[in-house]
Amino acid sequence: MTAVHALPPGATGAAGHPAPTPGRRRPSGHGRAITFFVAPFGVLFLAFYALPIAYAVWTSLLTVEREGTFGAARTVFGGLTQYQKVFSDDAFWTSVGRVLVFGVVQVPVMLGLALLFALLLDSPLVRGKKFFRLAYFVPYAVPGVIAAIMWGFLYSPQLSPFTALTANVPLLGADLVIWAIANVVTWVYVGYNMLIIYSALLAVPAEVSEAAVLDGASQTRIAWSIKIPMVLPAISLTAIFSIIGTLQLLAEPQVFRSFSSAVTSTFTPNMTVYATSSVPNTHLAAAFSVVLALATFVLSFGFLKLTQRRADR
Amino acid sequence: MTATTTGNRPGTTRAARAAGATAPGRSVRTPLLPRAAAMLVMAVFTVYFLLPIWWLLVAASKTRGDVLGTNPLWFADLHLVDNVRDVLTYRDGLFPQWMANSLLYAGVGALVATLLAAMCGYALAKYAFRGREVIFNVVLGGVLVPATALALPLFLLFSRVNLTDTYWAVLLPSIVSPFGVYLARIYAAASVPDELIEAARLDGAGEIRTFFGVSSRLMTPALVTIFLFQFVAIWNNFFLPLIMLRDERKFPVTFGLYQWNSQLNQIPELNTFVLVGSLLSIVPLVVAFLALQRFWRGGLGAGSVK
Repeated sequence: MTAVHALPPGATGAAGHPAPTPGRRRPSGHGRAITFFVAPFGVLFLAFYALPIAYAVWTSLLTVEREGTFGAARTVFGGLTQYQKVFSDDAFWTSVGRVLVFGVVQVPVMLGLALLFALLLDSPLVRGKKFFRLAYFVPYAVPGVIAAIMWGFLYSPQLSPFTALTANVPLLGADLVIWAIANVVTWVYVGYNMLIIYSALLAVPAEVSEAAVLDGASQTRIAWSIKIPMVLPAISLTAIFSIIGTLQLLAEPQVFRSFSSAVTSTFTPNMTVYATSSVPNTHLAAAFSVVLALATFVLSFGFLKLTQRRADR
Repeated sequence: MTATTTGNRPGTTRAARAAGATAPGRSVRTPLLPRAAAMLVMAVFTVYFLLPIWWLLVAASKTRGDVLGTNPLWFADLHLVDNVRDVLTYRDGLFPQWMANSLLYAGVGALVATLLAAMCGYALAKYAFRGREVIFNVVLGGVLVPATALALPLFLLFSRVNLTDTYWAVLLPSIVSPFGVYLARIYAAASVPDELIEAARLDGAGEIRTFFGVSSRLMTPALVTIFLFQFVAIWNNFFLPLIMLRDERKFPVTFGLYQWNSQLNQIPELNTFVLVGSLLSIVPLVVAFLALQRFWRGGLGAGSVK
């Protein structure tokens, strides 16, 4: 990927330094220093990223064989046996479908709110920007597990302080619980995404919108036609991380299992992985992990390429 | 971009102006109605974002009976100190042990991760060497691999070497941050001038000394950002402790509270402990973010420069 090369021409110049030209410099001949800098991360990356991925793939290709019903179990190479099981596993695909529906609704809502707040903070309409910026960001400091516990109490008919609402609306019932969880995730991450977009907005030159104001453009018009196009890279970054996060959903629904019987042990793909591995059926669980990682990679990478192409046009 | 480094380009004072909050005279031009509408939206969502935390604070200060019996959004008899003491002493200080564990996992993990990511990102930005682009692309691929997909294979690998259910099981995978490398590279490319490195070389400083003495200082906002976000990522990590740890004395605080919360039906007394513990567990993160916001707000924008 060419993340750095896709920098807008003004971006590095704005830092007050000449733009670096990576790749064009001579090899520097600082081999030992480079090794010193790169090797520690490189070795650990191999050990705790590359090796586990390879090991997951390898494990997923094995299968346990038994001689008759009570014979000794042997682990043998099974080729794609586990993947056949993955593709015929209804619970897994139901959970994948569930997080996709979740993501299609929750990610746009969350990022839409984040963008709206960032634009409002960036407009002359709002006073007390510092306060709002902090107040909206505070939930990000609340870990997902804790946020889920808090909202779980607030939703729960037995525990909630707001019984008038929770007694009449089954927020933890089979139909609504997924959106109850979506609200928890939104609550935690809107402020974080808002800040990323907001700091990109601060880099939009002031002259541009001032000129637009003199031309009689409204704030809405300026936001729509000038600011949003200029911060699209930031928005697509937040979108990618949100997509990854959605497919990985685990902590919040796992916590909700103690508040709602509608959340099953295979509610999300990662919960399926965990449930399968504690059976224990590590080979199938590894295959789930591999499929999930691949799907996440394809989705987020595809989204990245899509937005880059649009930006280049 | 300009937000990330204190841009000294003439005319681009927007970041500075926004930091100074209000720009008098501007508001005169905008009519009252849009301003009122905007403020209303912001106020409503302030309630949405802060009310649950306010409720938690209030609930944590009540006795177990009062939590359900009194106004949920205002204090009854204040028992916060008693409640906190009860949580801290419950089962020989299990909760403080969890807090200490979390601080260890997140503090040490993020510190080492930041150092490693900074060195690697700096080398990728400032030296031309063979395989550089390959390394960077592999690291970027690592950013897109969901961390939870690694939890299960890590568990299988760690159980081969008998390292599950140890501190290492959570700590070691936490010190690798591909996103940190990505951020460090972008930031080093933009904020460490080549001339400065040349000058240090002419002065006879070695490459490594130049990095620790000069370059790393220029990268401070990025380093604080990497540290904070890795700290949060470790503090919030759920799958790794879930799959690795059995001994409750080694739990991080979020996972411990999850365990208590899932026992609520059997042990209702835990109700107050869960609420008070939740409140206590978010304090370190809120403090860290508020104390360091001067640094991370600058670094946050760097990630979006793509």
